[in-house]
Amino acid sequence: MRFVDEYRDAEKARALAASIASLCEPGRQYKFMEVCGGHTHTIYKHGLEDYLPENVTLVHGPGCPVCVIPMGRVDDTIHIAEQPGVIMTSFGDMMRVPGGRGSFFDSKAAGADIRMVYSPLDALKIARRNPGKKVVFMAIGFETTAPSTAMTVLRAKAEGLTNFSVFCNHVTIIPAIKAILDSPDLRLDGFIGPGHVSTVIGCRPYDFIAREYGKPLVVAGFEPLDILQSIHMLLQQLAEGRSEVENQYGRVVPWEGNLKALKVINETMTLRPYFEWRGLGFISHSALKVRDTYAEFDAERIFEIPGSRVADPKACQCGEVLKGVLKPWECKVFGTACTPETPIGTCMVSSEGACAAYYNFGRFTRQRVREATRD
Amino acid sequence: MCLGIPGEIVEILSDQPDLAKVDVSGVRRNINIGLITDEKPQPGDWILIHVGFALSKIDEAEAKAAMDFLEGIGQAYADEIEALKESRIE
Amino acid sequence: MTDRPLTERPPAAEPAARSADWAEAAVREHAHVEMASREEQVLQRIERARRARPRLREEKITLAHGSGGKATQTLIEAVFLDAFRNPLLEPLDDGARFTVDGASMVFTTDSYVVSPLFFPGGDIGDLAVNGTVNDLAVSGAEPLHLSAGFILEEGFPVADLRRVVASMKAAAEAAGVRIVTGDTKVVERGKADGCYINTAGVGVVRRTRGGDVRPGDAVLVSGPIGEHGVTIMLARGELDIESDLTSDTAPLNGLVTTLLEACGDGVRRMRDATRGGVATILNEVATDAGVAVVVDEDAFPVRPDVRGACELLGIDPLYVACEGRMVAIVSGDVADVALSALHSHPLGDGAAIVGRIKDDPPGLVLLKTAFGGTRIVDLLVGDPLPRIC
Repeated sequence: MRFVDEYRDAEKARALAASIASLCEPGRQYKFMEVCGGHTHTIYKHGLEDYLPENVTLVHGPGCPVCVIPMGRVDDTIHIAEQPGVIMTSFGDMMRVPGGRGSFFDSKAAGADIRMVYSPLDALKIARRNPGKKVVFMAIGFETTAPSTAMTVLRAKAEGLTNFSVFCNHVTIIPAIKAILDSPDLRLDGFIGPGHVSTVIGCRPYDFIAREYGKPLVVAGFEPLDILQSIHMLLQQLAEGRSEVENQYGRVVPWEGNLKALKVINETMTLRPYFEWRGLGFISHSALKVRDTYAEFDAERIFEIPGSRVADPKACQCGEVLKGVLKPWECKVFGTACTPETPIGTCMVSSEGACAAYYNFGRFTRQRVREATRD
Repeated sequence: MCLGIPGEIVEILSDQPDLAKVDVSGVRRNINIGLITDEKPQPGDWILIHVGFALSKIDEAEAKAAMDFLEGIGQAYADEIEALKESRIE
Repeated sequence: MTDRPLTERPPAAEPAARSADWAEAAVREHAHVEMASREEQVLQRIERARRARPRLREEKITLAHGSGGKATQTLIEAVFLDAFRNPLLEPLDDGARFTVDGASMVFTTDSYVVSPLFFPGGDIGDLAVNGTVNDLAVSGAEPLHLSAGFILEEGFPVADLRRVVASMKAAAEAAGVRIVTGDTKVVERGKADGCYINTAGVGVVRRTRGGDVRPGDAVLVSGPIGEHGVTIMLARGELDIESDLTSDTAPLNGLVTTLLEACGDGVRRMRDATRGGVATILNEVATDAGVAVVVDEDAFPVRPDVRGACELLGIDPLYVACEGRMVAIVSGDVADVALSALHSHPLGDGAAIVGRIKDDPPGLVLLKTAFGGTRIVDLLVGDPLPRIC
């Protein structure tokens, strides 16, 4: 596959790994946070940590838009789905996320019409084909996905559809990164910056991280060589005493972002004054809602949303894992009460949650693996 | 986050607004290209696909530059290994 | 998304009134487990938890229970095995083995509920015959006779039924078996999705088994993986993805015979990869034999369009169902002979050696990624779900 395979080349990886090792100051510990859940997934899926020297640690950040959905919001979605005549549509990632009373899958088993879609346009198609039903699309994702929801709403308006609405749970990345930077528990040397979010918002929004907080940030692609190269660039900056925003993913990310995408988001959505993030609490201006001018497509205005709030179980440490303070296996319930089969928190159920990634891909000691895979 | 896959545009659909047929390693899907406005995408262009939309055009020059960098590192590494081999102290 | 000054304060962070009871209960249940500080202790804790008897927490059946992964396993062990427990059932193999007057027999059953009924490369009838033939074949038996039970939906076109039955006839002939008994039921409109089929099969074992799986053994797959599952996903039409993919449904008994004739006792185990894909089989081998299965990502044959569809949807071909592929574990010294034997048969021309059995870490499947790193391949809970993130 073009633009994919060449970034998975093992020989280039070894070369990069050697170069990375040579850039490290002996005795110094380096801690980089990869913000995106997609990066966490790649790191574990390809066993990238095998390529890093002992003194470079990767800390997993909160950039998993499924992981930050509070349980109460899942309950609210199920509440809508249970209304008569409703077809709820959702991405596959959300289907097993546990709310206070169970997941979408459980609710489907109990009779609610909840369907998985690949694209919000598929939800629109369902709306066209079922004029007697109210089709709701549960929109999740950072700024990467918001433009697609926005375009779909515009399309719905252009077609004059009256049975389609969006339950908007889009969140924005900058407040999440700010929450990390302001967290007293964390000492980071730099950031592996969001890849696809940056395709939309560009690289400028990260300036304050380099300028005010003095941390370098490299916008990174999602293939293993992209991430290794980004770590290389971060170490290079640190070695040269620089603190800048750089773009490793230039083949996809334009420095200025996608103006059309930003325009359609702005046309159809606006920032909420505050939004609750699972594990991080209330963050102001961190999420989007449908604008008044598109009220007829806003599920929150069409349906009575209970606004459920469910407390995270006391033992659940998703918040600390999301902030990178804890490694997955340091969470007290990791692997026992909380497993992929019986997830308590979203970090375990989302395919790119740090706990799921570690449990499904990384769950062994390096030593034993080295011995087992030696030929 | 956010699964984005490179795909090649094989056809612009004339009868539908903003739709193009895209090929990913032999499978094809219709993608909405309404978010790409700089230059209208043409068959043969590569784009990044995310949930049924093209988010960005893949810049082949940038891709080549990235590959050149990686080749360079690879060559430097290979050179060093060669130098290491040749500099055995007898 | 420019930064704006805070004009509204978030509500005072009152603790949420409601708590998730099921989660609190789960935590209480495990409260006695000692807290670990080092990674090794945590991993051991996980191993202990995984060895404990599986408990079914759900009160209603969900789709995950039918996907062949962890949820299915838990359901089987906690409900069926728990109730029916007997020595013939306990191995939970592809088929039950027993002797009758000295003859070694294998008996198996499978139900087919695929939707859509007709798809590129075959239909439910092909699956119904091939699936059961394959379970018998990989159990080392020569398939003899099949039963076929039909559950038909009121309103189902007879023409479609004839199509399905014609497929079954052709498939049975190709496999060299006969359908010797059956049953028909009709249920009201809205149930049975058109047509459900159950087939049971019986076969006779004519060779001795090749001994337990052990370190040093080689792991082979008989051909490209994931074709059936992706074909079905695309055939449902909801994903709007077009391709030329067809299902890989096929009877494997001929291929199995070829392999056994070439390698005899060197063949330790064979499993047909169906729901849950090759990854599920590898995990079952690792757990049943208490060994490590170490495989190379690059070595698995995957067709480009399967790969493309999987990349697009964010799923892993290792977990996608096949219907005409098997995994064979053979003694290390006959690996090359086994591969040649598979290649010599039309159904095996894409076969490959994908890895080896080692002794540590036991019960785990390790994958050396194409990139050169390592990760484990665990069972999924349910079906691989397309993801956006």
